[in-house]
Amino acid sequence: MTVDPLVLVTIILMAVVTYATRLGGFLLLSRLNMTGKMAAWLHYVPGAVLISIIAPTAVPNALLAGSRGESGALTAGPAEALSAIVAIAVAARTKNLLLTMAAGVVAVWVFRRLLGS
Amino acid sequence: MDKTGLAIGEDTSLDQRVTFTRQGLFEGARQTVPVALSIFAYGLVFGVLARQAGLSTAESLLMSGIVFAGSSQFAAIGLWVAPLPVAAIVLTTLVVNLRQLLMGAALRPWFAALTRPQLFLSLFVLNDESWALTMGSLRRGSNNGAFLLGSGLVSMMAWLSATLVGGSLGNALQDPGVLGLDFAFTEVFIGLLVGFWKGRSDLLPWGVAALFAVFAAMYLPGKWYIIVGGIAGSVAGALKSDS
Repeated sequence: MTVDPLVLVTIILMAVVTYATRLGGFLLLSRLNMTGKMAAWLHYVPGAVLISIIAPTAVPNALLAGSRGESGALTAGPAEALSAIVAIAVAARTKNLLLTMAAGVVAVWVFRRLLGS
Repeated sequence: MDKTGLAIGEDTSLDQRVTFTRQGLFEGARQTVPVALSIFAYGLVFGVLARQAGLSTAESLLMSGIVFAGSSQFAAIGLWVAPLPVAAIVLTTLVVNLRQLLMGAALRPWFAALTRPQLFLSLFVLNDESWALTMGSLRRGSNNGAFLLGSGLVSMMAWLSATLVGGSLGNALQDPGVLGLDFAFTEVFIGLLVGFWKGRSDLLPWGVAALFAVFAAMYLPGKWYIIVGGIAGSVAGALKSDS
């Protein structure tokens, strides 16, 4: 049961910014006019962030730089890209997180065997 | 006009009728039990991945206890490499959790009646599932100000116990790559993403986000592609919206 000091600081900062969004919405946003573009922007933030996490790790890097890119995040080969498609299909049909994960993980395993990657 | 709407502007005073009772607390807890099962399953995955990213059990429990925000914890674990990119992790956490601003704002018509300690504690355990259940209860006229706290505490228990159990499972799995678990992050996020799909109006912002994220991943170091794609996509969505 060890806690690294830098890890501790990072987790506390994560907690502070998270609590700020919880409390901030209550304390501040009601004073702003939360209609129009501002509300629309906030509405689109979570989906756009999630897509941005997914896309670089799911698009086959052979189509891109052919390397991992400056970020090192472009790690997907054909097996990963195909399994992402499987996961998207399962997610869209079932809307079930666990089923999506299970299908995706099984698909990666199968495609890696088949494609020898 | 919908009293809960996000178009607030002035305080709709429901203050007088909102209560904060033990029965209310239990009602929130009771209605959250079925949801807690899925939170537990999801927390299990977090525990496993956090362990494999190198967090100790104490560290992942601490994160689950004081951050208590699933998607952002997964995002943070995805960035967890040595040396720890603290700024990128904290900024990503903030961006992923920005949606909670809207949740807090939507609760205001009822929660303005709570005392400071009731309010601060209730908002500490705010999470997507509890917020949805709470809004449902309040909109049906329950005036139950303690619902969120009851619901959030049950969610918190499920999340913490799952983090603990998942951590032990993570220790047992030696090489996640063999099982395809190294790619589980991406699958988790694909699963989560479905909950944010509202219709075709999401195609443009999501397409723009994906495009910007991939290009940023090619040419920028670190995890800045998440912020670049997140901002580009959401701005595209806002610019296109009719409101």
